[in-house]
Amino acid sequence: MKASPMATADQTLDEILNLASAHFKVPREKLNPDEDFFKALGIDSLQTLELLTRLENHFHVELPDYELQGVTDFRTLAEKIQARL
Amino acid sequence: MKSSSSAHDGKALSWQVREGVIELALHREPCNELGSLSLEELEMFADGFDSLQHGAHALIIYSDMKAGFCAGADLRELYRRSQAMDKTEALKSVRDFLERIHRVLNLIDAAPLTTIAAVHGVTFGGGFELALACDLIIADKMARFCFPELRLGLIPGFGGIPRLKRDLGNAVVRDLLLTGRSFNATKAQQIGLVSQVVGEAEALRAARATAAQLGKFDLETAAAAKSFIKPIPHEELRQEIDIFCELFSRPAVAAGLKKFVESTEAQPYLP
Repeated sequence: MKASPMATADQTLDEILNLASAHFKVPREKLNPDEDFFKALGIDSLQTLELLTRLENHFHVELPDYELQGVTDFRTLAEKIQARL
Repeated sequence: MKSSSSAHDGKALSWQVREGVIELALHREPCNELGSLSLEELEMFADGFDSLQHGAHALIIYSDMKAGFCAGADLRELYRRSQAMDKTEALKSVRDFLERIHRVLNLIDAAPLTTIAAVHGVTFGGGFELALACDLIIADKMARFCFPELRLGLIPGFGGIPRLKRDLGNAVVRDLLLTGRSFNATKAQQIGLVSQVVGEAEALRAARATAAQLGKFDLETAAAAKSFIKPIPHEELRQEIDIFCELFSRPAVAAGLKKFVESTEAQPYLP
């Protein structure tokens, strides 16, 4: 599963959902783009850092954590990543 | 807790000598927070370090905890202890803790053998500072580094700034310190902090392979090379303790510690 260099916003969102589903063992169909990913994935603060690192490694981007402060849903997260692709 | 001259199995850390390499494992739940227990065992390690080094050519420091290498100082203990004392006592206790941990880290920093931090996951604050005392940092690609101290109204207190400044350009140091942002292993390698980035759960294996290579060289030559290129920034380390203690006495720090300890947020390391 490699990030596409010319990914559209929808593709980015889809890759995030697939990555989150695979690594946190939550069925893909249970993840909604607009829901709170902390709740959906049931992750704590250390796992949030793990998600951030996995996203950076997957998309080959740098995501300063203060830019993600207050971001709780997958769609906004995808927009933040898309802006750095 | 079992201990002998060449091995120790404690509550917070263990060590053994394996094929000429001292391996120091951190294993305190949840992520090797450095409090009084860890410090006591680190001091035991430091006190026996001279005799451990006979016949050894390298030291590897790694973590057995899944979450990461080390999440830094035990802020919950720091908060509890400082609440139980008056201001003067609390400040004295903090200074004493800093002096003691500096002694241990200075000893690791200046050790004649080559030292390697094999890191994964959370490598924050004091954990990052422990890694910085080593000669080489080998990072699992999931490692994450951060100096979050400014959120508490503090600066790193275990030698972080002088050691980071020794290794990196001042602009990078300012970015990491003043923004308090965390960054991954790839970035750490790009800025020259990490010597190797390896796959998940591969840092210890890579560190052992590196240590085996180091064993091929003459120990005295390696020690001379290290001493030439890695001076200990003693004066700045002293200044750091003074600045930390000066900042620690302000009310903003107690408020910052309280906020962190009581936080249920997913990113409590952010202000």
